[in-house]
Amino acid sequence: MKKETMPEALRIMYRIRLFEEHAKKMHKENLLAGNFMGALHTYIGEEAIAAGVSMLLNKDDYVFSTHRGHGHFIAKGGSIKKMLAELMGKEAGCSSGRGGSMHLFDTEINFMGGNGIVGAGLPLATGAAYRAKYLKTKQVSVCYFGDGAASQGTFHESLNLASLWKLPVIFVCENNCYAVNTPVSETICIKDVAQRASGYGMPGEAVDGNSLSDVYTAAEKAVARARDGAGPSLLECKTYRIDPHCMVAGDMRKKEEIDKWKERDPIKLSEKWILNEGIAGPDDLRKIREEVAEEIKEAEQFALSAPLPDRKKFREEAMDIDGSKGALK
Amino acid sequence: MREIKYVEAVNEALMEEMENDTGVFIIGEEVSCAGGAFRATEGLFEKFGPERVRDAPISESGFTGLAVGAAMAGLRPVAEIMYLDFITTAMDQVINQAAKVSFMSGNRIKAPLVIRAPYGIGTREAAQHSQSLEAWFAHTPGLKVVMPSTPYDAKGLLKTSIRDDSPVIFLENRILYFKKGPVPREEYLIPLGQADIKRKGKDITVVALSNMVPKALEAAGMLSEEIEMEVIDPRTLVPLDIETIAGSLKKTGRLLVLHEAPERCGFGAEIVRQVSEQAFDYLDAPPKVLGGLNVPIPFSPVLEDACVPSAEDVADAVKKIIPR
Ligand SMILES: Cc1ncc(C[n+]2csc(CCOP(=O)(O)OP(=O)(O)O)c2C)c(N)n1
Ligand SMILES: [Mg+2]
Repeated sequence: MKKETMPEALRIMYRIRLFEEHAKKMHKENLLAGNFMGALHTYIGEEAIAAGVSMLLNKDDYVFSTHRGHGHFIAKGGSIKKMLAELMGKEAGCSSGRGGSMHLFDTEINFMGGNGIVGAGLPLATGAAYRAKYLKTKQVSVCYFGDGAASQGTFHESLNLASLWKLPVIFVCENNCYAVNTPVSETICIKDVAQRASGYGMPGEAVDGNSLSDVYTAAEKAVARARDGAGPSLLECKTYRIDPHCMVAGDMRKKEEIDKWKERDPIKLSEKWILNEGIAGPDDLRKIREEVAEEIKEAEQFALSAPLPDRKKFREEAMDIDGSKGALK
Repeated sequence: MREIKYVEAVNEALMEEMENDTGVFIIGEEVSCAGGAFRATEGLFEKFGPERVRDAPISESGFTGLAVGAAMAGLRPVAEIMYLDFITTAMDQVINQAAKVSFMSGNRIKAPLVIRAPYGIGTREAAQHSQSLEAWFAHTPGLKVVMPSTPYDAKGLLKTSIRDDSPVIFLENRILYFKKGPVPREEYLIPLGQADIKRKGKDITVVALSNMVPKALEAAGMLSEEIEMEVIDPRTLVPLDIETIAGSLKKTGRLLVLHEAPERCGFGAEIVRQVSEQAFDYLDAPPKVLGGLNVPIPFSPVLEDACVPSAEDVADAVKKIIPR
């Protein structure tokens, strides 16, 4: 990884972290006020993955995300103003308030959506890669998914199809050790999800997902292979989710385990690396963090003042959503 | 009588049937220690162990199909789908396999399984976590479809469903899960195909499904000075107790059907069809269905709440049907 790009990657990680700290606070305040705002799946502790992968992507490369998509969205260059407005159910949100936290979209950067269905993104990402190959656009398609999703049929079918037709897709498995409260050791009988790649005839690599440079180095190979028309890769990033699954479900993990992983916080690790290498000084990093904090404040103001969608108009439009009118003329 | 929550009633039914029949086992995501996403299976793992309360990976097609196969081979599985919406990933196993095997085998093989699934709108979880899909299953010959609205009904119907030799889709409303109602301590069963009149009245028959039952009852309370609503909960869509509905219409002459699923091709359309064909002479006014909007469920609370009828909407609809 080029040293001078490190601080920019760190900026993305700060942006994800501070955004989510804010979103969590908002979600909690709402809950206390009696407004349940659905599930909020945070990416805290996993930021190095999206940051590392996205450094290699062009604006028009495709990204298919999951229920845990805030980080993927920010790293791809999505607007935090629009995402915050989305989380508040505002018309100005990136999905016009229709999608919420699990369904973020941004067509300007080919961010093709979060997903509420575990494993659903893999065939979709394969489809976007099909288009890239079809039109020889040189775009690549990235699909993020969890360790839990590796047990879905769609995982197996998609890897086979993508390999069969040499499609430019990078399957990024974010193995955060759990699917809700189920440890990965209780869902698969092998050590690494990445081992499955060989069964489908593609390269598979397991890396430290909390190390920005390790993620970057592995993703670089996978992206290059896809762009060269050599086909898909499976990249498994080993990481850990610091927060409970979605702020509303119970957490059955051991505190000692969570604390152990907190010591390997990807942001702290990256900061340390940057400082040790002398790429930037403490003041530079503090400045980046402050700039990001300012962005979050602006986003908050934007989202708070944005209007809610219009109920009446929505009901009228719903009458004709698919061309069938609601009443006889 | 003691009062317990709907989800506790489900839990008791599972507990009792697992005690009654060693062939009954549970399979689903996080059904053991975590007790499922909504704690419906809480305490079962501790009592019956991992063979009978089986945590599955996120492989709905695989574990639902496994349940169908185990049922074909003689066990009585209860599969839990964490949210009904996720059953879409297992539809071959439900529709092509479970629903048809008894018929296709000339009744040589049965598939006595229950698929339980929490479902419903109102929790700000958007389009892929909020659907009411009961009509799909009711449209598929070979499946029974149960949709209780009270803790009492949930317990009695789940016990019967587990003992039934057909595949049963058992739909548990997430909003109703945490509401309490009277449930006796003694064992009881409720037969499938028997509607329940939740409130007696003479002016209009209101047939309500699941979470629309409490809203219908609320509307009945709001209108009680001027209109006597009869509120009927069919409780099971397949088999459907059309006699009770027709019997009520004989008295009231007016029909309103309520559900949260979209109106188009919803189960209300089926009730209106059966009534139109079999009880047309009882009707004094056109029958009406009030259901959900024809849209995927949006996240934004203001929009989500606009998607399904409220108690006020029900009251308005009733007033429109009854001439003043
Ligand atoms: C098909 C399907 N089954 C179950 C769920 C419920 N669910 C949502 S997230 C989740 C865990 C996913 O685990 P993983 O893929 O490892 O992603 P993580 O949450 O750890 O990022 C589950 C079971 C779902 N959304 N879709
Ligand atoms: Mg996981």
